[in-house]
Amino acid sequence: MPQSLIRLIDIHKQYETAGAPPVPVLHGVSLEIASGEFVCLMGQSGSGKSTLMNILGCLDSPTRGEYVLAGQQVSGLAPDALAVIRNRQLGFVFQGFNLLKRMSAIDNVALPMIYAGEGRAQALQRAQEKLRLTGLADLAQRLPNQLSGGQQQRVAIARALVMNPSVLLADEPTGNLDTATSEEIMGLIQRLNRDQSITVVLVTHEPDIARFGQRLIRLKDGRVIFDGPIAQGLGERVVAA
Amino acid sequence: MNAPQVLQEALRALSTNRLRTSLTMLGVIIGVSAVVIMMGVGRGAQALVNQSISSMGSNLLVVFPGSQTSGGVRFGAGAAQTLTLSDAAAARSISGVIRVAPIVMRSFQLGYGNTNWSAMVTGVTAEYFPTRSWEPEEGDLFSEADLRSNARIAVIGQTTARQLFGDEDPIGKTMRVRNLPFTVIGVLARKGQSLDGRDQDDAVFIPLTTARQQLIRSTFPGSINLLFVQVASAEQMLTAEAELTDLLRARHRIAPGQENDFTVRNLTAIAQTAAVAAGAMAILLGSIAGVSLLVGGIGIMNIMLVSVTERTREIGIRMAIGARQRDILRQFLIEAITICLAGGAVGVALGISGAWLIASLSGLLVEISVSSIALAFGFSAAIGIFFGWYPAAKASRLRPVEALRIE
Repeated sequence: MPQSLIRLIDIHKQYETAGAPPVPVLHGVSLEIASGEFVCLMGQSGSGKSTLMNILGCLDSPTRGEYVLAGQQVSGLAPDALAVIRNRQLGFVFQGFNLLKRMSAIDNVALPMIYAGEGRAQALQRAQEKLRLTGLADLAQRLPNQLSGGQQQRVAIARALVMNPSVLLADEPTGNLDTATSEEIMGLIQRLNRDQSITVVLVTHEPDIARFGQRLIRLKDGRVIFDGPIAQGLGERVVAA
Repeated sequence: MNAPQVLQEALRALSTNRLRTSLTMLGVIIGVSAVVIMMGVGRGAQALVNQSISSMGSNLLVVFPGSQTSGGVRFGAGAAQTLTLSDAAAARSISGVIRVAPIVMRSFQLGYGNTNWSAMVTGVTAEYFPTRSWEPEEGDLFSEADLRSNARIAVIGQTTARQLFGDEDPIGKTMRVRNLPFTVIGVLARKGQSLDGRDQDDAVFIPLTTARQQLIRSTFPGSINLLFVQVASAEQMLTAEAELTDLLRARHRIAPGQENDFTVRNLTAIAQTAAVAAGAMAILLGSIAGVSLLVGGIGIMNIMLVSVTERTREIGIRMAIGARQRDILRQFLIEAITICLAGGAVGVALGISGAWLIASLSGLLVEISVSSIALAFGFSAAIGIFFGWYPAAKASRLRPVEALRIE
């Protein structure tokens, strides 16, 4: 059994709004993800999968519970400490690509390294390397609006990988792409997981996309209702429907 | 992220919205150029006053012969020939007085070769020059021996020298005063304008004895036109002024209650008043300009706040990939400071040319110093930091999950 990379223990999250009762979103989620796994997170909207993803990504902190990432206690850290963890341990791929539109592809990819304090020359060299890995080396100097959706997502993946993070977090990465391009992007993520042993946590609501993964975690009303191999999880859904 | 990268980011962000950036900058440009111009005008006025004060000589009392009433008609000050050489000699006994310089003067036609010129010819003693702290630029001043021997020698000012001798060296040349030949032995250093705007360099000085016996013969023996009295220190000026007044009243046998037949002026007091007024004007002008710089700064804060709101998502993305709070703070702060410094540079350039324009159009003395430029620059950087801080801090405190949610 490989050592667990991510360990969540009884994570609760509720949103406080002034003048209204707090809205609970997660009710005690506990799970472990081992290094090298490809995990898909599914659930209907309102199930808490996005909130869980934000907590995993250190973009948001849990109201209660423990989060240990690569042996480090993460819950309760200060904002700047969380920024360092996002920078070094986590790579994000978003549905809307989220590239900085004034910067060329390669500058976008290099930016996390710049924030890490690396020199510009080294940052650009590594960025070029990662763009080659995602198959976009030739378009490095283009601005995001000069690239297709699929190409932009490849830039985003290269950016997520540039700091050699422990985990790649992908939130509906194919949500804005057509079927053919979606297949390409998922193929790339699958290859990265298989060949580079990058741990992947992916949020999706499409079974076709989830099929690229190995393990399925299904959420409902802020609780884990299924955790097992993909085939079994998807099959069960079909039966239930 | 190192300094050049931060600056490059700032320039990239600012260049995406050029119109807005330049309008924001305009506030700073106007403010800074106003500061530079106003401080230039204020300092110029101060410099003019200080120059006039130092050209006058320090701690001086000037005595004018007084008004005279003849058959009900009152003549102005200086009309009576009531001041005499013996008054001057008596003034030496007053405590604190270090120099006494009696003067006779009249305007004469001067000549040299084919050139002629008209100037005030002043008969003075050797003490006159140190009293006015006036040094020769070339040649010599006259001595006690020259006075005793009624020498026909002259020391002339720069303007007179230029008008009469042109490019020639006047030293040793013989000039005519009315029709008498005088040998020029010295040319005085430049003194510039007096407080009342006269050119003090258009002047001829000859020994008092020579003047009284050969040029300016008075019907009253021993009468003089003016008396300079120099006091050792500024603290003694008031008592010396009072003692001098008492002494002259006694000597002129003026009964109590009767008007003086002379006037004593304390030049230091006049000069100090002028200096205070000029200083107050400089402060007033500077603060008006400062207000406009402040308004420019508020404009920057406004725009930076709008910019933070517009770029919330960008801030979220940067935070997601590892920007710390201080990275975001620095980014927006550098943008504000860049606007201010760029605006400051343009403002200084505009201010200098504006000051030059004012100087050439109005003839005012405008003095642009390195320190006022440095002040304007420093002030605009400070404005950038001060007014950029709040929007930048606001940006840096955004929570990443909320910043990313904004479309």
